[in-house]
Amino acid sequence: MMKKNPPGTMNRRHMMSHLAAGAAMTVPAYSFLNHVSANAAEIRRNEKACILIWLSGGPPTIDMWDLKPGSKNGGEFKPISTKGDLQISEHLPKIAQQMDSLSVIRSMSTREADHTRGRYYMHTAYVPNPTVIHPSFGSVVSYELGSKRKYLEIPSFVSVGGGAGSAGFLGMTHAPFVVDSNGNIRNVDRNSSRRDRLQQRLAMWNVIEDGFIKSGRGDLPKAHKDVYGKAVNLMTSSQMEAFQVSSEDPKTQEAYGNNNFGRGLLMARRLVETGVPFVEVNLGGWDLHNDVFNTLRDQKLPQLDQGIAALTQDLKDRGMLENTVIVCMGEFGRTPRINQNTGRDHWAASWSAMIGGGGLNGGIAVGETDKDGTAILGKSYLPGDIWATVCKALKIPLNIVHTSKRGRPMKIANGGTPIEELVG
Amino acid sequence: MNKTKWNLLSVTLLAVGVILSSSTVVGARGKEKGYRYKHDQEIVKEINKFIRQGWEDNEVTPSKTAKDAAWLRRVYLDTVGHIPPLEVAESFLRDKDPDKRARIIDQLLEDDDYTHNWTTIWTNLLIGRQTPRRTSREGMQKFLREAFAKNRPWDDVVYDILVAKGRYDENGAVNYLLAQMTMRDEGVQATAKTTRLFLGVQVQCTQCHNHPFNDWKQNQFWEFNSFFRQARRVDHRKLDPETGRQVDDYSEIVVRNVEGPVFFEKRSGLMQVAYPKFFGKEVDTSDVEDRRVALAKSVVNDPEHHLAKAMVNRMWGHYFGFGFTKPVDDMGPHNPASHPELLDFLTEKFVESDYDLKMLIRWIANSEAYQLSSEFNSKNKIDDPASGELPLFSHAYIKSMEAEQLFDSLLIAANAAGMSKANYAESSRRRNRWLQQFVTTFGTDENDEATTFNGSIPQALMMMNGELVEAATDCKPGSLLHRVVQSDERETKKIQQIYLAALCRTPSGRDVTAVKKLFRVSRDPVTAYQDLYWALLNSNEFIFIR
Repeated sequence: MMKKNPPGTMNRRHMMSHLAAGAAMTVPAYSFLNHVSANAAEIRRNEKACILIWLSGGPPTIDMWDLKPGSKNGGEFKPISTKGDLQISEHLPKIAQQMDSLSVIRSMSTREADHTRGRYYMHTAYVPNPTVIHPSFGSVVSYELGSKRKYLEIPSFVSVGGGAGSAGFLGMTHAPFVVDSNGNIRNVDRNSSRRDRLQQRLAMWNVIEDGFIKSGRGDLPKAHKDVYGKAVNLMTSSQMEAFQVSSEDPKTQEAYGNNNFGRGLLMARRLVETGVPFVEVNLGGWDLHNDVFNTLRDQKLPQLDQGIAALTQDLKDRGMLENTVIVCMGEFGRTPRINQNTGRDHWAASWSAMIGGGGLNGGIAVGETDKDGTAILGKSYLPGDIWATVCKALKIPLNIVHTSKRGRPMKIANGGTPIEELVG
Repeated sequence: MNKTKWNLLSVTLLAVGVILSSSTVVGARGKEKGYRYKHDQEIVKEINKFIRQGWEDNEVTPSKTAKDAAWLRRVYLDTVGHIPPLEVAESFLRDKDPDKRARIIDQLLEDDDYTHNWTTIWTNLLIGRQTPRRTSREGMQKFLREAFAKNRPWDDVVYDILVAKGRYDENGAVNYLLAQMTMRDEGVQATAKTTRLFLGVQVQCTQCHNHPFNDWKQNQFWEFNSFFRQARRVDHRKLDPETGRQVDDYSEIVVRNVEGPVFFEKRSGLMQVAYPKFFGKEVDTSDVEDRRVALAKSVVNDPEHHLAKAMVNRMWGHYFGFGFTKPVDDMGPHNPASHPELLDFLTEKFVESDYDLKMLIRWIANSEAYQLSSEFNSKNKIDDPASGELPLFSHAYIKSMEAEQLFDSLLIAANAAGMSKANYAESSRRRNRWLQQFVTTFGTDENDEATTFNGSIPQALMMMNGELVEAATDCKPGSLLHRVVQSDERETKKIQQIYLAALCRTPSGRDVTAVKKLFRVSRDPVTAYQDLYWALLNSNEFIFIR
């Protein structure tokens, strides 16, 4: 018997098929509304993913990962031994216990010591250039892996706390989706009683939208439609649950730390479990021109220590660490020399990044700096080498070349090479 | 309806009142032949000549002239920062005067919303969308409002900003420098921002090393920097009698009595010294107490007119979506301009006009290129600066509305006529609060910020489910939608009006078919009109300035 659903009872699958039908009527190739997932909440522990822990402002890595006891640049902190084959700061004791799974690259040399330029360079592997906007690496991963995960109804590049750059020439559908660490997503109307209405509106909208796309005004109108498609998907998806950190076991929440950073990392794990291939968690406050040691000891490092240690352990416990790469870095390091305000200034010539999981070798220090931390001894690395290493771990082929809007070929990770000690 | 929504709506209505009060202008005027232009048409002809040369050299054919309604929408958004009210669009379409475009440009330049729009734009440029701590946004806005309302010569405005001292509430111009001096950074940020914003050059990377792409040397940054040596911010505190605690009072810029050069460190570790110089030329600072006065004088007396050129490039970029260089504030030998002769010509004329901003806008908005449609044709497809090509201006480039333009446009779309005057400060604060959802700051020494109002998912969600579109489509008495729906007009006319209000065009055949279908499936006509308006406001055609 044919029976019309009263308002509010239309289920997701039903609605999506309606929308798809409406869409098909006008543009057959138009597909964003017809992807229907019956089993959205399924846990996906075997999918590859990367979690980027972004230390915005530029962390003083000489006080964290590559200490210089005995040097005039050494500062106030002592190194401690870890479960790995390297020493790190005494104020990262919990991470020290996870260090068999994590490694440090001590020979980053990246030349950009301006926040904006450094942030761009470390995120994209390319230096800023006025004629093209390069995608942040999260957008690259979204493009390469996210597009293939048809079950994924939430964005495949999530930025907790923002500042993750842009999708550049890969287009707005791969732009970082910014949320706060409480998982609040503004303006998401999850009230299912209004879905009939939404369907009617979208059918009308579709006609106007397509009219403008076909009017010959470049690529932007189409990109607008694609983004709306993603937004509609999101509004109606049960995968949105992944953003709700508060539904996690209180003990787990406590382990990560009762702060934005801890919640952000826990959300990252939940998102990765849902199939999101790239999550960036932003922890700011590292631009320490003043009072670097007190700030690190009392505020920054305890938070970082608890969060990263909990994340590593949690991923390990769930059998996800083998598939999930963790990268922790900022736009540059800070001057080995301590300035008159007991601070450290911007420094890109010799600094450290932390990386682990995803099957990469743990517990090692790659490369080294001289006794004062001002120069790299031997081989140095660029952001492209980090991202090439991540590619290798995520099984993204390194011979991929993207094409900018102008038709310029862009090698993935700017042609960087996976770091041998980590992937060997 | 909850309280927030009521508040939003009342502000909506208030703000619309102001916008309308000065916009219903087209109808009443004399019938005399020929409009008396306020600008020299020879200058516009010269602009057209330079632009046409570019078309010929690159063998492109310009797109046809934009339809009146689409052009009206564009000039409104570019000049006063919002879409035209329905009534204005209707009367503009009825108007048969061949000079109606020139006339509406002049009218818009005298509109209160011109001042409002440019105050918004320059407040964002000078202090950012998020006000740094201990900086007065209101103070900055007050200073700019006066400057744009009186159309003060741009060189005078910049002079005042550069030499400003005193309390942030008394001299609004100091807020520019206060916003750049939030950290003790020896004026580094002030140097970088001042050269970019006012002179159109980016010397900030020469802070640490020589410029990678041209011959600017590291000392140049520090030579500029040394002009800011004596400027100092002082943050006053006062006793709160209720709590007995010290709390923030006002902040100010004072001039401190220090002499001598600036020292900086070369990459080699060598210490160097820099004296005040303006683009490498020594500046005599012996007779000034504050070197910023010497800098300001150099800026306004600069024989190369960097200040004028930077403004011309920025203004052109504002109206066309692309300046002569990309980005507009990075000019120099490493980044050649698309139309260098035109840029020089306009710079010269702008200086001759005594830095008259409204005149500069008249020249640009009356130019042939600005009249063109944004639709490509088969012979100008290569003119696509979005893909990195140099712009030829053979068609208009579509640009996405800025967040402020969207906010103000949605107020117009919600529109209730005949409301009382808006409280400017209050509606501006409201808008700013709404904007914060899109702003991310990095918390670095440069106070840099990013926006998620960039066409990504959060923006789409805001449009689909947010309070502004809801207020525009709720069809409450007093709203535009209510007025149209309840009028005695025929359905066809009502639908036309709704299209005109949202998109400044009439519905196409395909649109009409879709609308009919929508009316068939809707449970009542009001719902259908609401859903139609929702669809229009959510469309790409709405968010893009075309």
